[in-house]
Amino acid sequence: MTVVRAVARRLATAAVVLWAAATAAYLALLLAPGDTVDSIIGDGPDTPQIRAQVIAEWGLDRPDVVQYLDYLARAARGDLGRSYLLQRPVSDLIGEHLPATVTLAAAAAVTGVVLALAVALLTAGRRPLLRRAASTTELVLVSTPGFLIGIVLLNVFSFRLGWFPVSGGQDFSALVLPALTLALPVAGVLTQVLRDGLERALDEPFVVTARSRGIRERAVLARHALRHALLPAITLVGWLSGILLGGAVITEQVFGRPGLGQVTLQAVTAKDMPVVLAVVLLSAAVYVAVSTLADLAYLLVDPRLRRS
Amino acid sequence: MTVQATPVAGAGLAAVATDTAPPRRRRTARPGLAAAAGFLLLAALAVLWPGLLAGDPLAADPLNVLRPPDAAHWFGTDHLGRDVFDRVVHGARHSLTIGVAATLIAVGAGVLLGLLAGMAHRLAGEALTRSFDALSAFPLLLLALLFIAITGPGTGSLIIAIGVATMPHHARVVRAQTLLVRRAGYVEQAVSFGTSRTRLVLRHVLPNVLGPVPVLAVIGLGEAILAAAGLSFLGLGPQPPAPEWGAMLAENRSYLRIAWWGAILPGVAVTLTVISLTVLGRHLQQRFEGRHG
Amino acid sequence: MSTPLVRVEDLHVTFRAPGRDVAAVRGIGFEIRRGECLAVVGESGSGKSVTARTLVGLAGPGAHVRAARLDLDGRDARAFSARHWRQVRGRFAGLVLQDALVSLDPLRTVGDEVGEVLDAHGLTPRRQQPEQVRRLLERVHVPEPDRRARQYPHQLSGGLRQRALIASALAGEPSLIIADEPTTALDVTVQAQILRLLGELRDAGATLLLISHDLSVVARLADRILVMRDGVVVESGVTAQVLGEPQHPYTRLLLAAVPSAASRGRRLSAPVTTLPRTLPPAPVDPSVTVLSATGLRKRYGAHEVVRGVDLSIARGETLGLVGESGSGKTTVAQLLFGTVAATEGQVGFEGVPWAGVPERVRRPLRRRMQLISQDPLGSFDPRYPVERIVGEALEPGLDRRTRRDRVVDLLDRVGLGSDLLERYPRRLSGGQRQRVAIARAIAPRPSLLICDEPVSALDVSVQAQVLDLLADIRAADGTALLFISHDLGVVHHLADRVLVMHDGQVVEQGPVGDVFHHPRHAYTRSLIDALPTPAARPQPTGVS
Repeated sequence: MTVVRAVARRLATAAVVLWAAATAAYLALLLAPGDTVDSIIGDGPDTPQIRAQVIAEWGLDRPDVVQYLDYLARAARGDLGRSYLLQRPVSDLIGEHLPATVTLAAAAAVTGVVLALAVALLTAGRRPLLRRAASTTELVLVSTPGFLIGIVLLNVFSFRLGWFPVSGGQDFSALVLPALTLALPVAGVLTQVLRDGLERALDEPFVVTARSRGIRERAVLARHALRHALLPAITLVGWLSGILLGGAVITEQVFGRPGLGQVTLQAVTAKDMPVVLAVVLLSAAVYVAVSTLADLAYLLVDPRLRRS
Repeated sequence: MTVQATPVAGAGLAAVATDTAPPRRRRTARPGLAAAAGFLLLAALAVLWPGLLAGDPLAADPLNVLRPPDAAHWFGTDHLGRDVFDRVVHGARHSLTIGVAATLIAVGAGVLLGLLAGMAHRLAGEALTRSFDALSAFPLLLLALLFIAITGPGTGSLIIAIGVATMPHHARVVRAQTLLVRRAGYVEQAVSFGTSRTRLVLRHVLPNVLGPVPVLAVIGLGEAILAAAGLSFLGLGPQPPAPEWGAMLAENRSYLRIAWWGAILPGVAVTLTVISLTVLGRHLQQRFEGRHG
Repeated sequence: MSTPLVRVEDLHVTFRAPGRDVAAVRGIGFEIRRGECLAVVGESGSGKSVTARTLVGLAGPGAHVRAARLDLDGRDARAFSARHWRQVRGRFAGLVLQDALVSLDPLRTVGDEVGEVLDAHGLTPRRQQPEQVRRLLERVHVPEPDRRARQYPHQLSGGLRQRALIASALAGEPSLIIADEPTTALDVTVQAQILRLLGELRDAGATLLLISHDLSVVARLADRILVMRDGVVVESGVTAQVLGEPQHPYTRLLLAAVPSAASRGRRLSAPVTTLPRTLPPAPVDPSVTVLSATGLRKRYGAHEVVRGVDLSIARGETLGLVGESGSGKTTVAQLLFGTVAATEGQVGFEGVPWAGVPERVRRPLRRRMQLISQDPLGSFDPRYPVERIVGEALEPGLDRRTRRDRVVDLLDRVGLGSDLLERYPRRLSGGQRQRVAIARAIAPRPSLLICDEPVSALDVSVQAQVLDLLADIRAADGTALLFISHDLGVVHHLADRVLVMHDGQVVEQGPVGDVFHHPRHAYTRSLIDALPTPAARPQPTGVS
């Protein structure tokens, strides 16, 4: 019962945040300098017909409050307007390019998490030399811009070694380098958080108790310390989704991969506002959904929070 | 005042009691920190007085195109024969100024709004906090993209975009710190001396809330510089031929196969700057926690 | 007699840290005979815990162990490999640490934790494990063992948790049970239950190594006692002799430092030639009431923490407030101090309404009432050195020199030198911190000092100094004390009158001698019965 209430509260919070995010995006559009019609049309073709079409489609002749409510209602239904650059519904455009980006982000997420877990478990607590080497590598990875990682990987593995295609393509080998580019900084941050959590847990009295039962060090890590280390890592999952989506824009640019990133960049350059707004809102929605799931996962891992 | 023979000083027990103060932490040599500080000094010099370190970043030399690094051109030359080293040094001004200005906006607004959210009455504080949450829901890069889409590319909009996008994080940290300090034992203690509310806020709450802000700013600066480089790489920052690091990388990317230095070395400059800031930030944080945590 | 279970000679444990080595144990020797209970007693930093953990190869990270002899059940443990040690742990020795809330993994069920030993040593087939866990929990008298096994540690009461921890140590049927401060942080009645359980195990033939800072805790259980200080054994012998005729000055000092009914009016800390052994009498003036409270109530949501408390304190009087955790005694302190608003009830301080009025009204009288808490570190602004911390409590408007001189005087009164003026709070020891807090509290010459568990976190010898100091201040300044503590001995030693709190209510009150010697309420009686006394257990043992 208390669990149900906790879940309900988190879902309510998620809804509020999502609503506020949509409102903020809408406000940004309103507060933009110049006429709203200009902002929406951007660098697109500007004819009286198109202006009339924009006014009609966005209902710009209605009172602000009505416009705002209408915008919310349409966004809730998944109607995100039309791209003026490409003259087609934004939802179609996104639906078409989303799979490529999701594939990239998912591959990167899995790679990053697996790498981070492996390195953290191998270096936590002991083996000072290995630990030092790992933490220096992490520092470099999290401080390096994603595009530099991409270009270095491209230079080494595609140009010099010729193991992977230089750009484009949808097959697996074309996915490896972009996914790695996106995964490495993520792995850097996650490893730091996980190792820190592991080492903190290894200092706790319950680990002394566990060791005093004669279990192997592997079991101490896997059965006891790892769960505790996962808790702070789980809170990062929302942030992770943002990094992956934002990073996808740059990675797709570096590797010339089709996807949401290229669509977004094109829209930003062309001031195709409906598309930009839609992508930004979508990313916020992903963030909120993922964070809410992470919160619920937290409840699953930590029984102490289930009470209230 | 009645001066009593001190009841315990010099008592026999003092010699045997095990009540000992924690040892002072030893100072150890930190080569990493020294290197970071050195690099940041050089970077600052490059921002303030680039002419001292390097020549003209725009001077093209059509006879020396895509030359690899040598004694004359430490970082080689690009496709127009411009010296990459000169451009990297001058690029510091663009890249770092954007980062510093964006961080100033983000930290300034974040501290103000965070304090407000932490000190305000429950409803107002809650509303502010939820709006930080809502802004945090946008990935940094995409929020910045939204901004640039509205205002158009360029240095100014890049600064504001990054500043606004990183602000919620600072506001949340400052709000949490404010709540922590407000409930701290020493604030309660000061109340017991009849301290007025204003004095309490000025003497105890504000200084302790603002204490970790420099740490926050240094680490935030690294993040801002990374974001700026990323957006410039996408062509949304200072426009060519301005020697911004991210933009240089994008420009020289086409020649990667035959002249890696033009693309890689400006990127390395970003990395070194951010590493140095992170090392410095961590050091400041450790010192801060040593005193407070 | 067969060979002893454990035989240690010239044991050294050193912690290697960059820059310096810390010798935690410096050449000690002892043996543990089969079926006996050996207690190791000492204050923090004495090396007692490190000694115990060395016996299971868990001295700690960076520990370097060296010994002339380290025999576990006749086998030389000095040459043990990691695998050998794993076989020792859980099978040869079971370890019980203090505070099961952190010593059991909070993310795993009690059953999983208790069963882990069975798993590690392959003692019970997987399918029979729940049955075995149930038997173990039953053995330590955990009611409803099946339900408890499915719960998490935080869902159990402190006493049940500690029993579960003991069950997990017993699971591998070890030859030796090492209990490291097994009752610290428990309420006195729960402590009594756990001690009874350990006594039962001993009577059933178990060999026990008991580590404690508290002589009275080990008194009833131990056959022999080892007193440690600074990594060496200063005294050892059978319990009755060590407690009855202590040979070493340190043992005598530890025994004399324990506050109790018998120590009333006597100094607890070590003899100083210039000071009388007796404490100065407290100048109580019953005609003047400093603080009075009637019908105090505090509700948090549906939960009422304080349910109608009346009390009054006369000028110069020391009022003890005792109760176990959750009794509401700290909330009473907060209500009286005015940092938490009462749901109902009146408080008067120096004849003026104090509760339910705006802080602005209280402000002129604020300095007359001061608070000393258990953890003074949190009450110090981390940016301030000692001089500013204490100086802040002085009246405003003093010039720098006068202020500094006054601070030096105050530090001198609490037995601290002026060399601490520039020191930051984190660099002070526990005893120094509490004294700085006291110096700051007496700076405005308050008529009332509220002391909330002021000595609970201190070693017994430091506690003795602080209690003596409070008694001296009370006599010199005529300050009234509201002394809140879970420790009946401390209250009996210091207080004139006592209030016993239970579940948010005062169940009994009166002069301290009457209440403690002739308790009328059943709860007070149970508290007093549970009190361990530093007297050796009767020999031979009767079955409890």
